[in-house]
Amino acid sequence: MLSRTASSLYWLGRYIERADFIARLVEATVRLDVLSPRPAGEAAWQSALAVTDTEEAFKASGAGLTRESVARFLTSDTSHPGSIVRCLDMARLNAKAVRTALTREAWSAINGAWLAFDKRASRLDPDRTLALVDAVKAETRGFEGAVQRMLRNQTTLFIRLGQATERVDDTARLLDVKYHILLPEGEPVGGTVDRDQWTTILQTVSAVTAYRWLYNDGLVPANVIDLLLSRAELPRSISAATEETIEVLTALAKRTGSHGEADRMARARHARVVRTRTKDVIVSGLHQHLEALIAENDQLHTAIGRQFKFH
Amino acid sequence: MGQHAFDEIMGHGGVARPELADLARWLADTPPEDLRRRQEAAETTFRQLGITFAVYGDSDASERIIPFDIVPRVFLADEWARLSEGLIQRVEAINLFLDDIYGAQEILKAGVLPEDLIFHNAQFRPEIVGIRPPHGVWAHICGIDLVRTGPDEFFVLEDNARTPSGVSYMLENREAMVRLCPELFQEFRVAAVDSYPDRLLETMRSVAPHGCGQNPNCVVLTPGHYNSAYYEHSFLADSMGIELVEAADLVVDDDVVYMRTIAGRVKVDVIYRRIDDDYLDPLVFRPDSALGVPGLIAAYRAGNVAIMNAPGNGIADDKAIYSYMPEIVRFYSGKDAKLPNVETFRCREPGALKYTLDHLEQLVVKLVDGSGGYGMLVGPTATKAEIAKFRSVLEAEPERYIAQPTLALSTVPTLGDAGLSPRHVDFRPFVLTGSKGVQVVPGGLTRVALKEGSLVVNSSQGGGTKDSFVLLDGGKRQAQNQTMGGMVQEQTL
Repeated sequence: MLSRTASSLYWLGRYIERADFIARLVEATVRLDVLSPRPAGEAAWQSALAVTDTEEAFKASGAGLTRESVARFLTSDTSHPGSIVRCLDMARLNAKAVRTALTREAWSAINGAWLAFDKRASRLDPDRTLALVDAVKAETRGFEGAVQRMLRNQTTLFIRLGQATERVDDTARLLDVKYHILLPEGEPVGGTVDRDQWTTILQTVSAVTAYRWLYNDGLVPANVIDLLLSRAELPRSISAATEETIEVLTALAKRTGSHGEADRMARARHARVVRTRTKDVIVSGLHQHLEALIAENDQLHTAIGRQFKFH
Repeated sequence: MGQHAFDEIMGHGGVARPELADLARWLADTPPEDLRRRQEAAETTFRQLGITFAVYGDSDASERIIPFDIVPRVFLADEWARLSEGLIQRVEAINLFLDDIYGAQEILKAGVLPEDLIFHNAQFRPEIVGIRPPHGVWAHICGIDLVRTGPDEFFVLEDNARTPSGVSYMLENREAMVRLCPELFQEFRVAAVDSYPDRLLETMRSVAPHGCGQNPNCVVLTPGHYNSAYYEHSFLADSMGIELVEAADLVVDDDVVYMRTIAGRVKVDVIYRRIDDDYLDPLVFRPDSALGVPGLIAAYRAGNVAIMNAPGNGIADDKAIYSYMPEIVRFYSGKDAKLPNVETFRCREPGALKYTLDHLEQLVVKLVDGSGGYGMLVGPTATKAEIAKFRSVLEAEPERYIAQPTLALSTVPTLGDAGLSPRHVDFRPFVLTGSKGVQVVPGGLTRVALKEGSLVVNSSQGGGTKDSFVLLDGGKRQAQNQTMGGMVQEQTL
């Protein structure tokens, strides 16, 4: 496989995953904002910006911190590189560069997601935001389904590698920011807003029901953290994503004979994730733990590029 | 002009040609809204699949689909047989001409062509003189543009021996027709076009340099996804199951071409290039080309790689050379050309220039090195101001232009806002030349001018496309229980 093709497939996986993640984040934030007995309002949208690391960029756009403007910024703002529409743009651009490697189904799912945004109005009320978000989620599901039906060869492996890498980053950010800055001043830990916020996290990773199955307990923040850090059963947990990274790299090594630094880093990382006990992390500092994870993921990303000669 | 033209289905004067009476009946019996629904379904699919082309200088809609018309144009079996003979003869001559022009130049010594027409031609590449491509094949893929003015009157309008495009539309249009109008394929025996990718790959393999072994590594070279024909490039690579590469994916080392893969370098043997000569190799052609592969021509010269179409081919499809094509065919084959040219006035010749200037209202004037319908004057539909402007341009640089009479181009019924009406068409069949000879794929790209009376069919100028049926012997399938006319429901094949 051409190095350029591999690189485009990897980025395609990352951008699709990112678009899906932001769609879920916006959906969860809309719910949190609208459904809370006392609307979390500004704080909710503030944290959505923080999760995506775009507070500065949003401030620079000059818009006020309202539901409408943040939702627009995160979904359909073409001037903001982190918006869903720009992620889909990039996904489509990468897909276009490797069209020969994709099936028609996979390509039309990406093209469909992109077209869904093509003609949407820029002013969004919550209903329309949710409809748009649903469309993105449906298309990315369609894409994942199409990838499942493709030949299990290097093509799909590089897409999955991109998705898994992106997932570690997304989940770590979600957990980090929600844990630290979401609760408005004066709100008690364990109060209504606090509970709503933890529920929102679970909704973002589609894990409300999963939580009940696995913990058989009321909403306990430590459990939510445990779920997202170390329960491999949950596809979006850090543990599942680091495991997936190893699987994919191993399968790639088998097919390409290309085995190296990235494999070693991925194994070491996963071994650490499995060993780590959630309550130790909470005691010693969740934020530091997550920051380290994000930095390590970045290094792995660089190693992957080197190993497969992306540049 | 429209009412005088020969209609490919309705003949002259509104009575269907006998062989196509059933098709005419199908057209008459299928409600226009039903045709329109199918046409829209096809276009939706094209958009979904991203079967698009980019329009240069059009920022508003950077990607468009080419309008698709649901009514096919049809070639009878014997018409096709005659056309094929003419096409094969012409493409054989083009290959011999290229081999000669970059080799012994016998045709110049014989005085058939004026030398300055070659040596002062921007399409002639002195860098290529003395190179002989593997197996002596130059024009591996030719798109020969034809027009028709009557049942037996076909004329060649243009030879495309560089990077002719449109074959993906030939294949996609057929896909759409089979899905949306299955009853036509039950009624008529239409030659399949879907073997094209296999034949193209076979052609590529056949011209691989000697010593490449059983499995020559073939690739399609594209300028990238911003190119207007990128969809076609990826479509072709995909349907042949070979890599689609950009110049940056290739590297030349010691006169051997390699592609960069995740597992290191892999040798490349045959390149179907869709990049113009100018951009192919910055060491030989334009030094500022970022699209090119440094050293590619040296590798080619060393005989380590086949490039199709061969660099330098532009001299064969140059519009000034075109006017000599009947003489070229006669020189190499010893016979008269079976497919005539459209009468052409070379404005470089004083007599022809005078005639052109005197008859601008009746002529089509074209830039010798223009394409895509740009830089041309269509006399009968031009305004006085446009004609005046062209007159001064012509007088200033006559050698850059040729002129041709406006022919009464044939029409085919086409679906418009007001139902079916005749629209002018042209036709581009695709001719493949490998080491074992020349073949014509039974079908091609029919382009249709969607505006009433218009003769301009270029997609960049708002033209559309149709499927082109080549009927096999007899044309019709054996008698069936149903007639097409009543079958307006969609059926599955």
